[in-house]
Amino acid sequence: MTNALEIESLTKTYGDGFRALKGIDLHVAEGDFFALLGPNGAGKSTTLGIVCSLVNKTAGKVRVFGYDTDTHLSDAKLNLGVVPQEFNFNQFEKVFDIVTTQAGYYGIPLKQASASAEKYLKKLGLWDKRDTPARMLSGGMKRRLMIARALVHEPKLLILDEPTAGVDIELRRSMWTFLEEMNRQGTTIILTTHYLEEAEALCRNIAIIDHGKILKHTSKKALLQQLSLETFVLDTEEALDTAPELNGFPTRLDGEGALEVEVQKGQVLNQVFVELERLGIKVVSMRTKANRLEELFIRMVEENASESAKAVEGAA
Amino acid sequence: MTPQALFTAFSTIVVREIRRFTRIWAQTLLPPAVTMTLYFIIFGNLIGSRIGEMGGFDYMSFIVPGLIMMAVITSSYANVVSSFFSMKFQRSIEELLVSPVPNWVILAGYVTGGMARGLGIGLIVTLLSLAFTRLSIHNLPMMVLTVFLTSALFALGGFINAMLATKFDDISIVPTFVLTPLTYLGGVFYSIDLLPGFWQGVSMANPILYMVNGFRYGILGVSDVNPFVSLGMILVFISVLAFIALRMLERGKGIRH
Repeated sequence: MTNALEIESLTKTYGDGFRALKGIDLHVAEGDFFALLGPNGAGKSTTLGIVCSLVNKTAGKVRVFGYDTDTHLSDAKLNLGVVPQEFNFNQFEKVFDIVTTQAGYYGIPLKQASASAEKYLKKLGLWDKRDTPARMLSGGMKRRLMIARALVHEPKLLILDEPTAGVDIELRRSMWTFLEEMNRQGTTIILTTHYLEEAEALCRNIAIIDHGKILKHTSKKALLQQLSLETFVLDTEEALDTAPELNGFPTRLDGEGALEVEVQKGQVLNQVFVELERLGIKVVSMRTKANRLEELFIRMVEENASESAKAVEGAA
Repeated sequence: MTPQALFTAFSTIVVREIRRFTRIWAQTLLPPAVTMTLYFIIFGNLIGSRIGEMGGFDYMSFIVPGLIMMAVITSSYANVVSSFFSMKFQRSIEELLVSPVPNWVILAGYVTGGMARGLGIGLIVTLLSLAFTRLSIHNLPMMVLTVFLTSALFALGGFINAMLATKFDDISIVPTFVLTPLTYLGGVFYSIDLLPGFWQGVSMANPILYMVNGFRYGILGVSDVNPFVSLGMILVFISVLAFIALRMLERGKGIRH
C-alpha cells in the first residue's frame, strides 16, 4: 500500500540559526489516523508546515502519496487538505465565499465548488451561517469553517494542527465523530494536539517529537503497552482521613479526599480490592487518574530533556 | 493542473480581488473620483482658465489625460499592495500557498485584479472629465495599450512592495515618497518644454513621464517624448518587475518561513 506521507531526513534551520528539525523520518500509511505529539516548540508545526509548503525545508525529502514535493509539488498539493492552528482566512469574507474560493484555487469550477461547499458546510453545521462574514463566527465555528475549507477539494490526506484548541467539550466530541467518519470513508488523517486524550481516542499510530527529533514512532497499542504504571482514583463510601496502607500498592489521598492507588504493570488489580475489603473500605466508583498516553508522553519528554541536559553538560 | 483548472484558479483570484474592492467602494472607488473632480474644478476650470494654452490645447484638455493616468497608476498600485499585504497580515495568503496554483497564476491574478481597479477608476475619471471638457481620441490603440500596460506595470510594483512589506507603514512609503512625487513631476500638469534644459534632462529619467505622455499622445496627439519609446520602456519595466516578482514568489520572500 502507498504511504500517504513519507518524510526522510527532514531538517529545518531557521534564519536565526535555530534548528527546529534535526533529520526526522516519518511515514503515515494510507487510511491511517495518525497523531504527531510533542510539547510546544518541539517541531510539530514546522514539520506539517513543510509538508504543506508553508515552510521551506533545509534538507530532506517529503512525499505525499508518492509525489515528491521537490518535483511534483502540484500533484502532492492536490492530495492535501490543511487545517492550520491559527485562523487564517479573510475575516471580512463570507463563509460560503471562503470555501468556494478555496475550491477555485484547486481549479474546481464554481458550480461544483458550490455543491461541495454546501455538502461540507451542512455536515459541519455552518450552512445557516453561509452568508455571515467570518469575523462574526464564534471560535468553534471558525475552526469548523477551516475544516470545511480544507475538505472542499476532497483531499486524500487531511492534516489538522491543533484542530480542537479552544473548543468546548461538546463541540470537540462532535468534531471527533466527524473526523472518525471521514477516516472511515478513506481519508488519511494526521493531527497534532495538546489534548492527549484526543490522540488516545482517535489515533491508531503515533509519533512523539521533541527538540526536532522523533522520540517514538509506533502504534498506539504498542506505545500503551510500555506503560508500566497506572494510577487509579477511588471514591470511597466513607471519607478517609489518611491514606490506608495496601500491601504492594502505594496510596495517597488527592486534594478532594479520594484515594489514589498506583498499580504496576503485572500486578493484579483484584488484589487492590482484596486489600480494601480487608480494611473494610467500600469503593463506590473508580477512574484512571490521567489518560494513559499523557503519562507516557510526559515521561518520554522528561527523559529526553534530561538526556539533552546530560549531553550539554558532557560537551561543556 | 490542466489549462482549464489553471484558468479557474486565475479567475477565482481575479473575482475575489474585484469583490474585495467593490465591497469597500467607499474606500477604493469614491475617493479618486472626488479628488479628480476637485482637480478638474480647481486646476482645470479656476486656475486653468488663467493659464491659457499648453501644448496647443486649453489647459483643461491638456491635464485630463495626465489626471486619468495618475488615477490609474495610484489605484492599480494601491489595490495590489493593500490586498496582498492584508492577506499576508491575516495569513490568508496561506490559502493560496497550500493550493496547487502556480506562482505565475498567482501573480497574473493579482495584477489583473489591480488592473481591474485601476482601469475602472480610469473609466470613472474619464466619464467625470466629460462634464468639464470634450475628449477626442487621436490614436485609440496607442491610448488603450499605454493605459493597460501602465496599469499592469504599477500593479506589479504594488505586488513587489507587498512582498517586501513587513508592517502597514511599509505599504505607504513607496506611494507617498516615490509614486506621488514622480507622478506630479511626470508632466501631468505641465509640458516639460516649460522647464530649463537641465530639468528637462532630469525629467527624462522619470518613467512616469513616458506613460503620461504616451497616453496624452493617444488622446490629444501631442507628446513630449516619442510614444513608441514610451511603450517600449513600459514593456521593459514590466518584464523586469515580473521577473523580480516571480523570483520572490519562488523563494517565498516574506510569505514562507
